[in-house]
Amino acid sequence: MARVHKKFRSLVTDSATADAVAAEEHHHHAGPHVVPIWLLAAVLAILLILTVVTVLVTYVDLGPANIFVALGIAVVKSAFVVLYFMHLRWDSPFNSVVMLAALLFIAIFLSFVMIDSAQYRTFVDEAVKVLPK
Amino acid sequence: MSSITTHAGDAGHGDGHHDHPAHLAHHFDTPEQQYASGKLGMWVFLGTELLMFGGLFCAYAVYRHNHPEVFAYAHTYLDKWWGALNTVILLISSFTMAWGVRAAQLGQRGLLCVLLALTLLGGAGFMVIKSIEYNAKWKHHLFPGRVNMFNAGYAGDAKSDVAHAEASHEGSNAAPHGDHGSGKTDIASPRSESPAEPHATPKADAVAHSSGTDPTIPVADPHATVTGPLNPTFFRDPNAGGSDAAKIVPRSNGPAGVREEAVSDHSGHVSFAELAPRDQVRVNTFFSIYFMMTGLHGVHVLVGMGLILWVLVKGASGIFGPHYYTPVDLVGLYWHLVDLIWIFLFPLLYLIH
Repeated sequence: MARVHKKFRSLVTDSATADAVAAEEHHHHAGPHVVPIWLLAAVLAILLILTVVTVLVTYVDLGPANIFVALGIAVVKSAFVVLYFMHLRWDSPFNSVVMLAALLFIAIFLSFVMIDSAQYRTFVDEAVKVLPK
Repeated sequence: MSSITTHAGDAGHGDGHHDHPAHLAHHFDTPEQQYASGKLGMWVFLGTELLMFGGLFCAYAVYRHNHPEVFAYAHTYLDKWWGALNTVILLISSFTMAWGVRAAQLGQRGLLCVLLALTLLGGAGFMVIKSIEYNAKWKHHLFPGRVNMFNAGYAGDAKSDVAHAEASHEGSNAAPHGDHGSGKTDIASPRSESPAEPHATPKADAVAHSSGTDPTIPVADPHATVTGPLNPTFFRDPNAGGSDAAKIVPRSNGPAGVREEAVSDHSGHVSFAELAPRDQVRVNTFFSIYFMMTGLHGVHVLVGMGLILWVLVKGASGIFGPHYYTPVDLVGLYWHLVDLIWIFLFPLLYLIH
């Protein structure tokens, strides 16, 4: 039986009421959104299923698409974690801007480094030819 | 504490300096503003953490793009079942953490403490498995950096000859295995289906005896100034015989975490001999990247555990409720970030094929 500190009794009488309150959309409680437990459990179930999929898909060889499938599933999993566990779906939109900006700069970072690295491949390959085996 | 009043959350207060909750700092107008500022600051911090790991992911991307065979070979030294178990543990601990934030929001003190304790347990379980994996690697002379059996010129001891290791590594690869089991059972029941001898405890006393018991096998000169493929003693015949008592135990006989891959798993399995010579000397780079990424992540897990413990102690006093649960919320964000990073580390390091 959940105990609520008496400081907050005037607002939340018992957890059953609190759950009912949390399930409604901003009607009876002032303040930020309270995520319902069933939603957290559903997101966990989806994440665990996707983990199983990630491992199982390694038994199927898709050639060059392998890494994209693995990363794609990882991106979907992280979207669920960010939106629901980290509450970003109901947060101030500017927090999402911060998160997306970080991801954007990581994308720019990796893209430019990979492009640069690929450009140097021709030089490396030529140099390797003259090295002793 | 005695100045705490039960204001409704959205009621601003005018001039009364003492007419506000104790947790509201003076440079904020309302608790909501304080909470929103704290949240935003935390997200900016998480952005910097993502960018820090982004640098390591960049190193991974460049090396894997340039030397895919090295990654295809070296990653088989990792046990994906331990990695999958770690993923599951972190996901569940993220769930208990998110629920804990909700419990703090509703002032459910007992439930909050239980959930934070469970999250702490998940973090501890993760670190235990991590240490099992690291130990298994260290037993096989797979340290980060230069102290790695794949590093040309690594003397270690005669028993850590790369050739010997690969001979037994390849030998155990060829032998069929009926029992794969799960990674967890490897601790209790090491299997010994391969023809290699059981492993003797390695001692790092062999610099003077670097030729081992068989003088026909050249060993890399630890004092050589030239390493890598230009070192004439580096390449040796992997089929050369030698003292069988000195062989490294192949992975399937080793402790958990260093595990034989089933023949049916990876048809594209790369063996050490198939690597180009210039790739053979780069295998230790994979381990450097592996240890750096998982090590830094492990440090973050430990820091997260410390923060959760702090919030747990603070929450046990019943201070959190609908008006004030910011520390739980922000620590929760940190823990979810740790989980997020592992969600990417797992497929990139463990599930290469």
